[in-house]
Amino acid sequence: MERTAIRRRLTARMSWQIATVTDVRRETGTARTIVLDVPDWQGHLAGQHLDVRLTAEDGYRASRSYSVASAWDGSHGSTIELTVEQVPGGEVSPYLVDVLKVGDPLEIRGPVGGWFVWTPEQEGPVQLIGGGSGVVPLRAMLQAHAVAGTTPARLLYSVRRPESVIYVSDLKDLAASDNVDVRLVYTREAPAGEPRVGRIDAELIEQYAFKPEDGATTYVCGPTPFVETVANLLVAAGHDPARVRTERFGPTGGPR
Amino acid sequence: MGIVSPGFTGRRGGGKDLPPGQYLTHEFPVLSAGPTPHILTDHWEFTVTTETGEKYKWDWAALMALPAEEITKDIHCVTRWSKLQTTWKGVSLDTLLADVETGADFAMAHSYGGYTTNLPLDDLLDGQSWIAYEYDGEPLDPEHGGPARLLVPHLYFWKSAKWVRGLVLSDTEDLGFWETAGYHEYGDPWKEQRYAGD
Repeated sequence: MERTAIRRRLTARMSWQIATVTDVRRETGTARTIVLDVPDWQGHLAGQHLDVRLTAEDGYRASRSYSVASAWDGSHGSTIELTVEQVPGGEVSPYLVDVLKVGDPLEIRGPVGGWFVWTPEQEGPVQLIGGGSGVVPLRAMLQAHAVAGTTPARLLYSVRRPESVIYVSDLKDLAASDNVDVRLVYTREAPAGEPRVGRIDAELIEQYAFKPEDGATTYVCGPTPFVETVANLLVAAGHDPARVRTERFGPTGGPR
Repeated sequence: MGIVSPGFTGRRGGGKDLPPGQYLTHEFPVLSAGPTPHILTDHWEFTVTTETGEKYKWDWAALMALPAEEITKDIHCVTRWSKLQTTWKGVSLDTLLADVETGADFAMAHSYGGYTTNLPLDDLLDGQSWIAYEYDGEPLDPEHGGPARLLVPHLYFWKSAKWVRGLVLSDTEDLGFWETAGYHEYGDPWKEQRYAGD
């Protein structure tokens, strides 16, 4: 077929690589960060994801996509991190959160995705808005920004309660940086001294997000209803929809 | 060379109806690159532009005046969920393209909000694709691409462009939004063509 010839292979196929778990860190009751050594990792952009493939003894396989939680600047050796939130009834995430242990192999393939990414060359401030484990790719962006960012960055991070916060110590370090502003939003229960309990609304966007005229690129990641709400609020507040990049995960989709 | 994941047993039960690497969902997850555009049907327009620059246009009333079909199809998202026997109502691209003069091989679907996706024109014809405006008996929700989306269920679902506003036909294959961002240029779920090079 002529058309098959025209539809030539533009890129070499990404192959599966075997990573080794070198460390695991419990982040919350339901989320864990997995540190992987990937000897042949080609590097990735902050915000990209990769595929994880699990194989049972009889050869049965299941794959899912996860955002890379760490930035890649060549200074981390061959180490990358994933942070996985356990999806109730999920097939892959419970294994990654509760079963996988240090020393185990893990098959991965990536990186994937060229849209929900931040690079230091991008002009203008960086506005990050995350809900729950939607903060994972935003954390990679903040790491990349800490190394090479010259423009201000802001993170608006919505969690249910104080125990739900992923990356507690990272966020403390970031909050100390002049170039980064971190604001946590608690939807169910706030820590002592924080009077506000409730979802992100127009007033909070007005108070804590960059203004439309600041020329920020905004990254919104979280469960679908969260992303829908926040993206609609941003557009209603006058933000250019073309500068609002989103990544949604559904109730059955798992974090990615 | 594969490995075994120590302690992994798996859930199984995907079933023979599912393409490789997919799992069944009863939800309807959303994958979009930006804010959801809210397009009123009063302002909606669908334009087919041929390789010679000729344009064919339909407004909402014109679309509604065309014979509609009830469609029941399985859909498969590249993020690995599949949903079986989804029901839609829409107008076949065979109907819309019946009087369009073209010798083009390729189409680029364009959406409100700027999204694009590329398809071979043959994949839009012969009862394989529709402009769908109802899902499950209700007007199509904006989150899922309403007022109207392209429906090409035999390819991964990113090819079924939400908020579709037109097709640009061409002799050459250009890449759309996700295809430029590392996803496969064709996207056959049964061949597991997820990423460029697969």
